[in-house]
Amino acid sequence: MMTGADAIIKCLEAENVKVVFGYPGVAIAPFYNSILNSKIRSILVRTEQSAAHAASGYARISGKSCVCAVTSGPGATNVITGVATAYADSIPLICITGQVNSELIGSDVFQEADITGAVESFVKYSYLIKNVNDIPRVFKEAFFIANSGRKGPVLIDIPVDIQDAVINKFSYPAEIAMRTYKPTVKGHAVQIKKVIKELEKAKRPMICVGGGIHLSGGAEELIHFAERYRVPVVSTMMGIGAMPTRHPLYFGMVGNNGKNYANRAMNESDMLIMVGARVADRAMSQPDLIMANKVLIHIDVDTAEIGKNVGPSIPLVGDAKHIFNQLEEEKCECKHDEWVTALEHYRDTMKRIRTPNPGYVDPAVFIRRLSEKMAGDAIYVADVGQNQIWSCTYYVVREGRFLTTGGMGTMGYSIPAAMGAKAAAPKRQVVAVCGDGSFQMSMMELATIRQHDIPVKIIVLKNNYLGLVREFQHHVYQDKYSVVDLTGSPDLEKIAEAYGMDFIRLYNMDDSETAIGRFLAEDKSVLMECIIDPMDLVKT
Amino acid sequence: MKRIYSVFVENRPGVLCKVTGLFSRRFFNIDSLAVGETEDPGVSCITIVSSGHDRMIEQIEKQLNKKIDVIKVKTFDELSCVSRELMLCKVRYKKDNRREIMEICELVNAEIVDMSKNQMMIQICDSPERIKILLNLLQSISIVEVARTGTLALSKCLE
Repeated sequence: MMTGADAIIKCLEAENVKVVFGYPGVAIAPFYNSILNSKIRSILVRTEQSAAHAASGYARISGKSCVCAVTSGPGATNVITGVATAYADSIPLICITGQVNSELIGSDVFQEADITGAVESFVKYSYLIKNVNDIPRVFKEAFFIANSGRKGPVLIDIPVDIQDAVINKFSYPAEIAMRTYKPTVKGHAVQIKKVIKELEKAKRPMICVGGGIHLSGGAEELIHFAERYRVPVVSTMMGIGAMPTRHPLYFGMVGNNGKNYANRAMNESDMLIMVGARVADRAMSQPDLIMANKVLIHIDVDTAEIGKNVGPSIPLVGDAKHIFNQLEEEKCECKHDEWVTALEHYRDTMKRIRTPNPGYVDPAVFIRRLSEKMAGDAIYVADVGQNQIWSCTYYVVREGRFLTTGGMGTMGYSIPAAMGAKAAAPKRQVVAVCGDGSFQMSMMELATIRQHDIPVKIIVLKNNYLGLVREFQHHVYQDKYSVVDLTGSPDLEKIAEAYGMDFIRLYNMDDSETAIGRFLAEDKSVLMECIIDPMDLVKT
Repeated sequence: MKRIYSVFVENRPGVLCKVTGLFSRRFFNIDSLAVGETEDPGVSCITIVSSGHDRMIEQIEKQLNKKIDVIKVKTFDELSCVSRELMLCKVRYKKDNRREIMEICELVNAEIVDMSKNQMMIQICDSPERIKILLNLLQSISIVEVARTGTLALSKCLE
């Protein structure tokens, strides 16, 4: 006899799920009972939001949908921020929520929340299962939807009585039968030819990559294309790492927090190929203005992104990897060395010079030094705040990955996401970098790290302020600081001790080499606190 | 600019809410809305009249198409379709204006479908503009209550 909960586990096994992040409760109890009979590893986080962030980190490193499972009511509502973050960043998650007994739905019983209603604008799709026999089909569809087309979270709400109900016959469908969902993967042949034609004509072509390049797994194809035609590349925040930072054709991150020479390059280009990027406000504040003097090719798997913020000259719907492969087959004789040389000149001459305060750790030098000492394939997870901007600006990516939430910008993302990344790639070095504000939003997860032996390394850039907001108040409200002082924060050395972690505190750059060496030496969890100038600014 | 969207969706609970939710979440207007089953009981058609600038109109169609419960979306402007609304209007009448009301009804092709000693119910099925004309004419007589459907529309017959 098989119950609905057993069937869910069977579905997860059929999808080759190895890990579930979550938090149990009565309404998801049958699921957590059945998971005991499986080899699937369940990781207990310390708040539900972290379950979704951890699943996000796992999905981004493994390239597969990751599962989180929480209970009804508050469990489900707590997970929403994590799900919304994954949605904004297009990360494939399967979020299973327990629900109260189906006969009681709608009567406002204990721990009941209309979760499918609440998450409607933050999920790619959601299901409320009313019949136990629907479980195999729903899971098959959910995994397909989450990790195809424009990826994103799918939520499955399952009443507790459905989890307990006996399923007639379990068979996991081999095929999907959905008449309404057929994502376009391959680019239109005519459009592909047009792109090559424009590339031949262009004097100053440029590629701007977004998060879509990682999601499609097309980084190699991108590099190949750029090298073949000598086309310079810039990226949005989510696109960082598609090309190694020191690749001769890579010119940094664009946008209001990006490199000035990257923005200049983009403005001066006469042909811009946007790949898997939304042209959102943070990357391009006045898209129509920037686009006025150029041919814009917009490549995206999501039709709706093309033309949403700026009207392209050539829309090209499809998956980045496929499209670069298609472009590869076309013939075109063009190199753009002159243009690349001009940009190299910009890069060399337009570098912003920081004047760090020697009494503190300089985040710029520190992050650069850290990234050079980290393993080549390491995973770096940046949180949100000044730390994110510094990380984007100074982290040097080699073969590793740079993760952050560029879409939603959820504080507290880095620690749980790093946990997820480490669970997906236990042999790789994983470092989370956050500020003292974002650290305190997720520091309860140090227990998860210890309990489940997920040795992520954590750096806290401590300035006793909500730094980015303070910086905003500095610029906009003439230093009238309101609710940004973090006085009262705990002594991180004691926190580390309480959770049984090693601790390093760095006051200035003098000992940074040794400290970083110690921090990275062993594959174990270390908390490192860097005291930075409270008045330091990302924009100087 | 006005646009009419025929949105063919899976006939499942909650789908109407997802479609209308999309409009409110993205700040699109809904001028009118009508829903009903099609010849296939598994498919419903949601007819939405909306207005906005060009980019918005394009976005609405694309966002609708992205919804997984949406089977297909047809959009057209007012000229390329036949559109109809149904209105029921209850008015209070007296002896001296009964004749006048009946004349109005005759003129605009409306029917009187129910009557009591001092009230009558008028039914009209016509284009939104002509319904407006009738409503204006009835304003001078005392209206008790009005119920209107949203616009239904189909693109014009092909040659």
